[in-house]
Amino acid sequence: MAAITLDRIMAVQAAYIRCIDSNALEAWPDFFADDCLYKVTTAENHRNGFEAGIIYADSKGMLTDRVLALREANIYEKQSYRHILGLPSILDNGGAEAECETPFLVIRIMHDGQTDIFATGVYLDTLRASGNDLKFVRRLVVCDSSRIDTLMAIPL
Amino acid sequence: MNVNVTTPGGNAAQPMEWPQGELTRIPFWIYQAPEIYAQEQQRIYEGPVWNYLCLEAEVKAPGDYRTTFMGSMPVVVARDFDEEIYAFENRCAHRGALIALDGGGKARDFTCVYHAWNYDLKGNLKAVAFEDGVAGKGGMTKTFCRSDHGPRKLRIAIFAGLVFGSLSDDVPPIEEYLGEEIATRIKRVLCKPVVVTGRFTQMLPNNWKLYFENVKDTYHASLLHTFFTTFRINRLSQRGGMVVDPSGGNHASFSFVDNQSTEHDYAAMGLRSEIEGFKLKDASLLTSVDEFHDGCHLQILTVFPGLVLQQIQNALAIRQVLPKGQFQTALNWTTIGFADDTAEMQTLRLKQNNLAGPAGYVSMEDGAVGGFVQRGVATAGSQRAVVEMGGAGTTAEGTRATEASVRGFWKCYRAHMGI
Repeated sequence: MAAITLDRIMAVQAAYIRCIDSNALEAWPDFFADDCLYKVTTAENHRNGFEAGIIYADSKGMLTDRVLALREANIYEKQSYRHILGLPSILDNGGAEAECETPFLVIRIMHDGQTDIFATGVYLDTLRASGNDLKFVRRLVVCDSSRIDTLMAIPL
Repeated sequence: MNVNVTTPGGNAAQPMEWPQGELTRIPFWIYQAPEIYAQEQQRIYEGPVWNYLCLEAEVKAPGDYRTTFMGSMPVVVARDFDEEIYAFENRCAHRGALIALDGGGKARDFTCVYHAWNYDLKGNLKAVAFEDGVAGKGGMTKTFCRSDHGPRKLRIAIFAGLVFGSLSDDVPPIEEYLGEEIATRIKRVLCKPVVVTGRFTQMLPNNWKLYFENVKDTYHASLLHTFFTTFRINRLSQRGGMVVDPSGGNHASFSFVDNQSTEHDYAAMGLRSEIEGFKLKDASLLTSVDEFHDGCHLQILTVFPGLVLQQIQNALAIRQVLPKGQFQTALNWTTIGFADDTAEMQTLRLKQNNLAGPAGYVSMEDGAVGGFVQRGVATAGSQRAVVEMGGAGTTAEGTRATEASVRGFWKCYRAHMGI
């Protein structure tokens, strides 16, 4: 199995944000392992050890369901994100799995053109090598602010 | 009656009218006028109401404190070393600066950063820096008495672990204020010690009343929120109901699992609430436990002017509704569980929290719909909303196809506001 390198980590991070920002959400769950944990939380909750997330999914199936709900059930104004990532820091690299932290900036663009900073924070990731792919086993999206404007339809 | 203020923008010349006793029409200026916003602070938040402040569990030990708001008024809530909870305006008696700057923590006392005036956990002014001057010069006048100065102190009421505050001596005791049925329904959920599992704030682009009405509005739930209806979690045809307290300001709506109910109503009307063949890949978040042993799987409860207690299956949360100007509202979410939850129950609640909140499968729309109204009525200050579903009354009904609790809100609101 190929080693987990900074190049590979950056490639998967780039592909992930490209998937969301280009509204290819149906492909979004495929970035995750079947037994993944995906959680959107705040820095304050993370610091305090509060477990609840704004989004909490402990299986890939739950991610697929979220996309289906966004497409079929939920009502929200047309909007898109532009993710800008900082450089990932590799915190631990055990060969088969690696821990890394990547800062993000997400700008939300509404259908009428209103453009705002929607969220900033860090992705705290555990990545697992799976053949030639890297999959997120754990992705904690830790937002710097505890405030969310209006709603969070599209995942971060 | 006529109110002697004017609507904003292009309608400036028109008086703001609202026929006495009329609860089926809501004039849109009520969501817009800056004068109304100022009056609400005096007549509601600082008037004879119980404002939700925090959970008792958040100020558990002596020295624990939280900062919050009563409307726009900043407030400190603290547990003193006599084990009692106190609350006072977060405003230094000297120049008016905030006494506590962060959201909460532990303190033995509070010192204003501006000139170091010091307060105990009850909000009493205990020390004034350089009170006797320096080297015999300066200092406060001889007649200055510390006990004559201090931030405004709140009366406190604690009910089922909820801490309420009031500036009014005329507010009824909390049980009476809530009404018997609402009090019982609060105790039904908050029946044992709770633990906080998360806090976050959802900023809503609308007047606070549009959100409070939305929570009370049982009519919209199964129409706007298609996730629930698709999975048969909340349908008007399910067995359920609603109660409104005598003041009109407090309500609870609830529903029971009822597999016998007919599914034809929605399909017959061709409503959006019916999406066929929608199946979850991982339905584990819909596996709920009947933890209150009464078959009631959903209860949404409000207490005027700013508390929502949520039970959606096993997702429990407190929502505090705070105005932030005429056109913005802070919705402070505190998700909770019970201290004796098993690990399985903790996980189940974490999953079910997906149902509510800013990214909630159900409440996502509630974050935006108030803004749709606020934008829609931009120049309609002189026009009125129609709230006639279920008649003109405000009393409990055996159905949720009614706007009785919305009318109840306006009955209570108008009584406080004197309009």
